[in-house]
Amino acid sequence: MASLLQSRTPSLSFSSSLCSTPVIRPSAFLLKPRSGSRIPVVRAKIREIFMPALSSTMTEGKIVSWIKSEGDVLSKGESVVVVESDKADMDVETFYDGILAAIVVNEGETAPVGTAIGILAETEDEISEAKAKATSQSSSAPAPSAPNVEESSPAPKVDAPSPAVAAAPAPTSAPSTPGKVVATPYAKKLAKQHKVDIGKLVGTGPFGRITPEDVEKAAGITPAPKSNVAVPPAPAASAAPAAVPPKAPASFPEIPGSTVVPFTTMQAAVSKNMVESLSVPTFRVGYPIATDALDALYEKVKPKGVTMTALLAKAAAMALAQHPVVNTTCKDGKSFTYNSSINIAVAVAINGGLITPVLQDADKLDLYLLSQKWKELVEKARAKQLQPNEYNSGTFTLSNLGMFGVDRFDAILPPGQGAIMAVGASKPTVIADKDGFFSVKNKMLVNVTADHRIIYGADLAAFLQTFSKIIENPESLTM
Amino acid sequence: MQASISLSLSSSSPITRSDCTAVANAYLCTPRSLRFCGLRREVFESKSLNSFSVSTRLVSCPRDSSFKKVCAALQSNGTPSKGGFDYDLVIIGAGVGGHGAALHAVEKGLKTAILEGDVVGGTCVNRGCVPSKALLAASGRMRELQNEHHMKSFGLQVAAAGYDRQGVADHANNLASKIRSNLTNSMKALGVDILTGTGTILGPQKLKYGKGGSGDTVITAKDIIIATGSVPLVPKGIEVDGKSVITSDHALKLEFVPEWIAIVGSGYIGLEFSDVYTALGSEVTFIEALDQLMPGFDPEIGKLAQRVLINPRKIDYHTGVFASKITPAKDGKPVIIELIDAKTKEPKGTVEVDAALIATGRAPFTQGLGLENINVQTQRGFVPVDERMRVIDANGKLVPHLFCIGDANGKMMLAHAASAQGISVVEQVSGKDHVLNHLSIPAACFTHPEISMVGLTEPQAREKAEKEGFEVSITKTSFKANTKALAENEGEGLAKLIYRPDTGEILGVHIFGLHAADLIHEASNAIAMGTHIQDIKYAVHAHPTLSEVLDELFKSAKVKVNSSSPVVQPVAV
Repeated sequence: MASLLQSRTPSLSFSSSLCSTPVIRPSAFLLKPRSGSRIPVVRAKIREIFMPALSSTMTEGKIVSWIKSEGDVLSKGESVVVVESDKADMDVETFYDGILAAIVVNEGETAPVGTAIGILAETEDEISEAKAKATSQSSSAPAPSAPNVEESSPAPKVDAPSPAVAAAPAPTSAPSTPGKVVATPYAKKLAKQHKVDIGKLVGTGPFGRITPEDVEKAAGITPAPKSNVAVPPAPAASAAPAAVPPKAPASFPEIPGSTVVPFTTMQAAVSKNMVESLSVPTFRVGYPIATDALDALYEKVKPKGVTMTALLAKAAAMALAQHPVVNTTCKDGKSFTYNSSINIAVAVAINGGLITPVLQDADKLDLYLLSQKWKELVEKARAKQLQPNEYNSGTFTLSNLGMFGVDRFDAILPPGQGAIMAVGASKPTVIADKDGFFSVKNKMLVNVTADHRIIYGADLAAFLQTFSKIIENPESLTM
Repeated sequence: MQASISLSLSSSSPITRSDCTAVANAYLCTPRSLRFCGLRREVFESKSLNSFSVSTRLVSCPRDSSFKKVCAALQSNGTPSKGGFDYDLVIIGAGVGGHGAALHAVEKGLKTAILEGDVVGGTCVNRGCVPSKALLAASGRMRELQNEHHMKSFGLQVAAAGYDRQGVADHANNLASKIRSNLTNSMKALGVDILTGTGTILGPQKLKYGKGGSGDTVITAKDIIIATGSVPLVPKGIEVDGKSVITSDHALKLEFVPEWIAIVGSGYIGLEFSDVYTALGSEVTFIEALDQLMPGFDPEIGKLAQRVLINPRKIDYHTGVFASKITPAKDGKPVIIELIDAKTKEPKGTVEVDAALIATGRAPFTQGLGLENINVQTQRGFVPVDERMRVIDANGKLVPHLFCIGDANGKMMLAHAASAQGISVVEQVSGKDHVLNHLSIPAACFTHPEISMVGLTEPQAREKAEKEGFEVSITKTSFKANTKALAENEGEGLAKLIYRPDTGEILGVHIFGLHAADLIHEASNAIAMGTHIQDIKYAVHAHPTLSEVLDELFKSAKVKVNSSSPVVQPVAV
């Protein structure tokens, strides 16, 4: 849910947000100095121009045209290349002065996001060096020309989109027998897209050739009858017909008169995230919380535009501030990632989809600012104008079905977060106190789902205790 | 006055060929002095000048010849004019070129015979344009239905589109038979003698036909047109078995859809088949001898076409290589294609595929024509001709009364070019000089979306401009701005106009986009008629239609002259 999709990313705001905070998104268009693992000599003077991620759904981009040609002097902020994403053609500009030494990916060709598409040299002296680098790269770039066999590249790590890895897939592994690897055109395209080293695959197709299915298997994609689900945004996948004849995938009985409605992009993303969540070991802890004081406070601040969502988000954020472990993420299964800010994502049902606008730094903002911020986010979500960082930067998710009278429910932990809180309805409940007196108080049930690799039962219990104290004594919320 | 005019028109216009008397009556009823109103009259006149279309042919005739003669000509295919020949005109080959010439010849009152050694309709109808359009129509729909994204953008849901190979193949075959019988019937109805057998020229104005041997019949004709067409060109080293290594002749029968097919050559034929095969689920590898895919197209159009037709599809390609040897699949081995560098001839590895389609072009079919009897030497198989399609002999002299049209002369290997050349020849033999402007002949490639062009490409225009010292301007419009294209969710496309800013002359138009093949005619007609941009830009287009792409194109051109200059006669090349 964290990476729910946004269908429109206006180019202008994209580039401006980039300029102000260029380090936020590693996939964005940056001219990074080469790390030097393969060519150690090169340091900072020769930079690569990367295929930028122009939208959250973009996995590869097509070069529409190079505005500059090789040898042109570029200055910071100038448009260099027009890239076609799955949405539109956009001008991409450089952040560095220099000379466009070499074009690695030519016009009309496609490159995955994050791979080098051109080389920028700082001075004229470095052009030849940069060109040499470009040729070593272009051999593995999209053009299905003869693979450069000499380039012995490291085994591709599927997850890391570093240029070295991205450059790896094409070369065949056995230099002595060029052309021995037989892969179909679509298999090659898929391999490039999923960064699979085709030379390491064993073909199962006719005459031992590598088929698209082989590549999908290697990339860990279940060859679903419609490959679009696995890679929804790739324009290639949607344009190329799914030629595979229906393979009678599941043995569900056919119920006459049923209609099949394919997922929208947003629904496909939800589905993908939900399936992904199955790989995380989660557990749940529930907690009853009296809400009379909160309800009273809500009545008081409601005229000032404060919403229940803002109250709950603020309370959760304050509790998280005291229990930082609940605000962590487990990225690799080996470590805790402590998030520096507390960003509360709130699940919102919208037009048959689901999106999670994020209240950033919810612990630091006051209730009124939070409420105002929330209103803006909901409006943007309706207009499909949320920026990626406004829906995928959450560190903790809040889901509230209380308004529908749901008394308790169980949330699925979105990949990339440590915990999610499911809030039920506040209901009058008969309560016996320690002296045996009955009274009727409003109570709601809160149920937190957490990743047990990083958050243990005691952590959650302590967090919930703090949370319930804040809700039961809500004055601190208004401070 | 008004009423009587419209009445006489409505009675005469729907009349068909078989109804000669009615035509005559209608005309006779119309008083000689009565003139048709301006617009209608112009239509009539232009029809009589350029009556290429079958339905208007007869109506236009009576203007200068006597009705009785025309009616007689229609019924008996004329009588050979003086000179003692069996026929006025004999056409060798009943393809589209021969058919066009025959129809026009009858209209001109010539006694005409057409020789066919195989089947009426030739390559186009039986093994070319016609069946391939049927395959493209089926596969284009298949592609559309499979494109979930595209369907969804219309709000449509399609579950698992599939196809029946035999059904698609039958559609192509049925279309070919239907068009073939249409062609045959149209000639029979006009009384063209259809003679069966191969023709051999024995000498000037004399030829024989038959199945070969002694049973051949010798006939004489005042004029002879060679229209024998072409066959698929198979470069040496390539073994065509008709099963795994095939030419377009076999591919059009669609006997199987291979999982992976190599297409040798990325011209019209190769491109269209890549469109068919990828839509039906095959993966395609192009093998192109030149450095660029789609040679022959305007480079800019080719680039865009590659972005749309090649890159997103299950296609890869090897450019700058020859297929030096292709071995068909046998003994449990796939088709093996050996590649060599087109320039250095060094080996460039092999490609192993399920099938290979040879689409390297077409070779003229001129063997056995008896050209040696009249001292004509073919050049790479083509019959040398001048700009009036008159055959040139080995000494560079014109052979009297002998013409060659269509693929056999190699000027422009397109069905409609052959037909236009045939009509041009008939015009000449019936006493009116005519030179065909080949730059006004459009060409189209029926991929999805289509590509079409007329006139010069940008590099050609620039070269010509350099030589002749004039300026060239380019203007472009996009389908993305066209309402109808957007309604169809087919905004991908480009129209490009190459013109002279000093005179407003159209040098070339290239279109890539939805229905480009139908859109090109506004431009080709303008070139043929010598219409200049400053005039055509005032023509009105219905809204919203794709034709507005061209409307905008003409309007966006910056021509330095404003006043319309007198119409310039088209120049032949």
